[in-house]
Amino acid sequence: MCDTCGCGSGHDEFTLHTTTEKQSHIHGHHHHDHEHHHEHEHDTKKVLSVETDILAKNNLLAERNRGFFEAKKIKAINLVSSPGSGKTTLLEKLILALKTKRKIFVIEGDQQTTNDAKRIEATGVKAIQINTGSGCHLDAHMVNHAVKSLEPENNSLLFIENVGNLVCPALFDLGEEMRIVIASTTEGEDKPIKYPNMFQSSDLCILNKIDLLPYLDFDINLFKENLQKVKPGIPLIELSAKTEEGLKKLVAIL
Amino acid sequence: MHEFSLAQNIVEIVEETVRKNQAHKVTEVVLEIGTLSGVELDALDMALESLRSGTMMEEAEIKKDIIQAVAICNHCGHEYLPDDFFSICPECQQYGSKISKGKELRVKSITAE
Repeated sequence: MCDTCGCGSGHDEFTLHTTTEKQSHIHGHHHHDHEHHHEHEHDTKKVLSVETDILAKNNLLAERNRGFFEAKKIKAINLVSSPGSGKTTLLEKLILALKTKRKIFVIEGDQQTTNDAKRIEATGVKAIQINTGSGCHLDAHMVNHAVKSLEPENNSLLFIENVGNLVCPALFDLGEEMRIVIASTTEGEDKPIKYPNMFQSSDLCILNKIDLLPYLDFDINLFKENLQKVKPGIPLIELSAKTEEGLKKLVAIL
Repeated sequence: MHEFSLAQNIVEIVEETVRKNQAHKVTEVVLEIGTLSGVELDALDMALESLRSGTMMEEAEIKKDIIQAVAICNHCGHEYLPDDFFSICPECQQYGSKISKGKELRVKSITAE
């Protein structure tokens, strides 16, 4: 049974990796033996009013995470994007720019491999990898366990790099203070209108790989127009993680 | 496929409720799903089918109350029925509205015996 959520039934299966250890977190699925419950033939049906949010458990755990972060003055940032938008490269550059100012911790989410956590650790900060297995998103439960292993310090900055996916992570609050969605110029201008839920649930949008603009047909004004349709007023930072152009604007916000 | 996680949660909520009420078999589960809840109904059905086998809701009929989304325009206050997460206000022709209804994802009721 998981001591965090108290559940003993079918739940998530994920693995945490630190550089020194590997922990699996598996909840067995509950199967019920119906036979021990046979009651009288006169049993009547009863309608039970439930009115429970399907995401209630995740939202409750997200609030616990949020409370923990607030108490320790940790700024937790959830980074979401499609695969290949340059999240990890951006994170590496951000860490190098910020690590002298504030202590940084990183939770990396991917279905498989510890490649990203290794890349982040090479920058000199502590990182933990969550492998979601078949899961397509991080949830508050996984982050709760990862935070317990990672032990982020007071006043630190905690980056949570979500699984590369513009659909599923939108629904799962992790307890973050800020959600940043990253798009890149090698993707279409219509990403915001194709995946509106994700862009709508984010607080800030980054457009990465602007160094490639001269070589692409990407219409930046059309991208901005689409973004404002989906979430009017959302701030946008245009940058290149590779050349570091525009990176200072993001560093200033964080 | 976050529908798999949602289906797991549904099975948990149903089992918890049924245990608390000392019933042993679920005959019907009613879900409330908003048209802008971000759920693919076919994927949810598929996930529920595979997850509920061996549970108390194995043979239950699953009903879905679909809740039509309602948007309120941030500019003119007009209330209308949007088809998507973002939409142009039919009254003032501007983008930017608040979704007041349609993101529901709830287990509404269970019939058990």
